Amino acid sequence: MVVGHGITLSESCLTRNDWICWEYVRTRSDELVEATVAHVTLAVVAVVVACLTAVPLALLARRQPALRQPIEGTAAIIYTIPSLALFAVLVPFTGLSAVTVVIGLVLYAQTILIRALLVGLAAVPPDVRDAAVGMGFGPARLLLTVEAPLATPTIMAGLRVAAVSTVALTTVGAIIGHGGLGNLIYAGLRSVFRAEVLTASVLCVVLAVLADLALVGLQRLLTPWRRTVGVS
Amino acid sequence: MGLPSELLAWFSDPENWVGPGGVLVRTVEHVGLTAASVGLACLVAIPLGLWLGHTGRGGTLAINVSNVGRAVPTFAVLVILALGPLGLSIWSTLVALVLFAVPPILTNVYVGVREVDQDVRAAAVGMGMSGSQVLQRVELPLATPLVVVGVRVATLQVIATATIAALVAGPGLGRIITAGFGRQDQAQIVAGALLVAVLALATELAFTRVQRSGRRIG
Repeated sequence: MVVGHGITLSESCLTRNDWICWEYVRTRSDELVEATVAHVTLAVVAVVVACLTAVPLALLARRQPALRQPIEGTAAIIYTIPSLALFAVLVPFTGLSAVTVVIGLVLYAQTILIRALLVGLAAVPPDVRDAAVGMGFGPARLLLTVEAPLATPTIMAGLRVAAVSTVALTTVGAIIGHGGLGNLIYAGLRSVFRAEVLTASVLCVVLAVLADLALVGLQRLLTPWRRTVGVS
Repeated sequence: MGLPSELLAWFSDPENWVGPGGVLVRTVEHVGLTAASVGLACLVAIPLGLWLGHTGRGGTLAINVSNVGRAVPTFAVLVILALGPLGLSIWSTLVALVLFAVPPILTNVYVGVREVDQDVRAAAVGMGMSGSQVLQRVELPLATPLVVVGVRVATLQVIATATIAALVAGPGLGRIITAGFGRQDQAQIVAGALLVAVLALATELAFTRVQRSGRRIG
């Protein structure tokens, strides 16, 4: 194929604008790695911060029944607000920065985690709790050594949902230029570059699946008593 | 001028309300697109969920479709469809919205039917009801609360995704936000965001009302 001024371009998946194009993956691998690292960083920071905020909020809601309704209610209202709108509302305060995206992601993930924590802790059998109190366990020891381990499966289920949705939602950060792989999807849309869009999208799904698998692995480590023991 | 007064100025300017890109038109677009997508998704997902639940087949599919839906970024699907054969048209947006509305409805309908008490089902069969009668007169009424939950989750998902669709080419309230970004107009960005939030919260509230009245009747 000849394109003006004697510049010759060979027929390739890039010129044909194919959806799947290894040439793209090979030549733009730096860009892909950079966007993937940015994506993982945004999502990991958001989920970690969400854990740090959800735990005290859930414990507070449990300890003070008067605060439970406001905490759960506010979280539910924030969760209802569409992501693009939430990012947009934050812009006047935190600007077009990665911080804006992280705050938005934290607010969503936190709601899922608060619910999981409250449901998980509420499901601890009262007999078990009474037995621990009867043995002289204080509130902190009761929480850390009895309630938290028993609530782990429910909490981890919530964490998996939070992590997977955070990885997917990070792409929307592209509206303010910090969407990790979402930036590539947005750029690919503007330049009608199919390989860029599909490659970045597939990487997003792969990241979500990897996050889920990692958390399943973590859960197995945290709850060794639930592992099915093979018959030897 | 601070943001609150800028916002007030934006909302009190009649030019922002009327016209082709005004709040009124954008709201109608958003609500219409949401209703159409959720309606189409219901036509697909409710019969399929009822059938899978009734026969007890495809449980893994009905449950996992929601987990898969969560892992796939809505933004990515919107862009992929826009660069596909449908192009940058309202049709690619509609297909994407329907795709994301189906999983929550399907999963909830399936679970709703499966959770019907086996004794109740056995009693209905014992009374001489046929398979389709059991489905229509027993399983469907008992599954209705979960069907409504599914439609509620799907509707809010669609309202959010329709907002993101504005980044691609879709109509609706998201366009007010994206136009605000284009013009570096913070008041408009926040105004658009507030309108979307109000629509989402009003929808949530309406569903809460429906669910509450349903419980009173049932």
